[in-house]
Amino acid sequence: MTDEVILEVKDLKTYFMVDEGLVKAVDGVDFQLHRGETLGIVGESGSGKSVTNLSIINLIPVPPGKIAGGQVLFHGKDLLKMPPHEIRDIRGNKISMIFQDPMTSLNPFLRISTQMVETIELHQGLDKKAAKEKAIEMLRLAGIPAPEKRIDQYPHQFSGGMRQRVMIAMALSCNPEILIADEPTSALDVTIQAQILELMQELTRKLGTAVIMITHSLGVVAGMCDTICVMYAGRIVERGRTEEIFESPKHPYTVGLIHSVPRLDQEIKGRLYSIPGQPPNVIDLPDCCPFFPRCEKAMDICKKKYPPSVSFENGQSASCWLYAKEAQNA
Amino acid sequence: MPDHRVLLDVRGLKMHFPIKASFFSKAKNFIYAVDGIDFQVRKGETLGLVGESGCGKSTTARAIAQLYKPTAGEVLLNGKDLTKLPPREMIEARKNMQMVFQDPYASLNPRMTAGDIIAEPIRIFQKRGLIDMSTEERNDRVEQLMEKVGLSRFFKNRYPHEFSGGQRQRIGIARALALNPELILCDEPVSALDVSIQSQILNLFKDLQDEFGLTYLFIAHDLSVIKYISNRVAVMYLGKIVEIADAAELYKNPLHPYTQALLSAAPIPDPKIEAKRKRIILTGDVPSPDKQRPGCNFYDRCSKHMDICKQARPMLKEAGPGHEVSCFLYHKPE
Repeated sequence: MTDEVILEVKDLKTYFMVDEGLVKAVDGVDFQLHRGETLGIVGESGSGKSVTNLSIINLIPVPPGKIAGGQVLFHGKDLLKMPPHEIRDIRGNKISMIFQDPMTSLNPFLRISTQMVETIELHQGLDKKAAKEKAIEMLRLAGIPAPEKRIDQYPHQFSGGMRQRVMIAMALSCNPEILIADEPTSALDVTIQAQILELMQELTRKLGTAVIMITHSLGVVAGMCDTICVMYAGRIVERGRTEEIFESPKHPYTVGLIHSVPRLDQEIKGRLYSIPGQPPNVIDLPDCCPFFPRCEKAMDICKKKYPPSVSFENGQSASCWLYAKEAQNA
Repeated sequence: MPDHRVLLDVRGLKMHFPIKASFFSKAKNFIYAVDGIDFQVRKGETLGLVGESGCGKSTTARAIAQLYKPTAGEVLLNGKDLTKLPPREMIEARKNMQMVFQDPYASLNPRMTAGDIIAEPIRIFQKRGLIDMSTEERNDRVEQLMEKVGLSRFFKNRYPHEFSGGQRQRIGIARALALNPELILCDEPVSALDVSIQSQILNLFKDLQDEFGLTYLFIAHDLSVIKYISNRVAVMYLGKIVEIADAAELYKNPLHPYTQALLSAAPIPDPKIEAKRKRIILTGDVPSPDKQRPGCNFYDRCSKHMDICKQARPMLKEAGPGHEVSCFLYHKPE
């Protein structure tokens, strides 16, 4: 990880218009990604993790979706204002993606070779033969045995873990600067998950790729990520370096999340901690802290205003009135 | 707390599914989904069944519930062999054994209200004259069950789509409790839920167990969930139980190389521990259960395999008090 910022998301807002009202799926998200950094975005379903990342590469279906505001600066250029042909050059080339379900993100009617060679030819300007060689090399790097034979097979001839390896090979085949991995291992078994995470770590380190890792699993971020952003109801509620977030989580939601996971390495005496209540419905959210109905430390002000983001000395920051109030008093 | 009476005794259970080229052709091959497993569940305890997809966990639960007709073996519930019971007695036995399913979206009828869903098991038994209950009593029972699982009774007339995933799972649990069963077969009941909801449901399972003395067969693929909920744990691989022990013992002292790999692969939400951990990364995928192997099922992926493992099948045998393992590292072949 270096100090060079390659991607900067500023006040990103993505809304969806549905029959019931306006869904503010992402409502003012900011973060920076440095070269070679692995950034984890953690949150529960509906917190806006995936929409944030689809917005970055401008893949939000319009309508019903709409990017209502903000900027996504990639090397200083705003991806959201780019004409379609320009962003096509970046998508899959400089910024590529891996999705959760490798079965639905590969075309079942096309051979792996067709799908991989197409991308490489298009973005790298290689001829067909060279592109295929490059594809075979990438599959080999991704740990697929006998890639020269396997490349001519169809996706259904691969197992779940193998398909995810193909996706990784495909995503990294154009030497992207940023890899966005949206729940890359959630559909896989633990032993396969361990294989895939190790592979991602090894390859991205070798190629110097920065990774945005979206996941709901705290275990996965703990092992993979340098920094973490915790999302709740469309906003980042806490961010910081991985070790610091786990050691001294500040936001009550982060605290609750960390404590409500049963752990392999600890005996739990009595009951497991759990956050009461349900995640909020993001339709027509009032302008207050969305976590306050579930929060043990909720105060009056939490019902009235959204808390500002407060920074701490170690670079960690949290959006919570608990700390904002302290700041005012001091 | 578990007493010593055996509630469920599974002996040599096999479930083989034929693979046919067409409906009329004779089966040439079989999927050996569950291939000879034995275990006991004592009254009031939770037996965790853990393993990767395709290892036969769910098939085991369904074969116990007689949703599939087992190919071979016995399933004794309170001493009665369910596989040989005549239909009439089977229905009565079912009253004592209910299931909770993984997907709270697929396991509730979208056209029935929550109240109807919870009342349905009672209604079915009423129709057959096996339960004597007035409509009013039944309604009271439904409301009481809803409160027990943490749902407001005012939600009785709502439909499943009006509930969140966690609330739907609560409806599924209330339905399973409706007939006051002794045994509940839980097939991945928390896998589809978010972290914060998962811990709520796990606590609910524990509270209900304390209150009603329930016995669970709890299936999950998440090892830390199994650790929290179970008294004893059985690890399955490719249709067989490879290791079974008390939960604390199994996690402290895993013996089978597969259990060791599984435990080392499961992520721990603590970056300091993660940085120091040594992983046993298994190579390859879980093989297909479409053939019976002459040797150990785990042979191809095992880092400690020996010549004998290829030729003979290890049996599940005691390696310590209450700790059984099927591996030639711990006992010599006969």
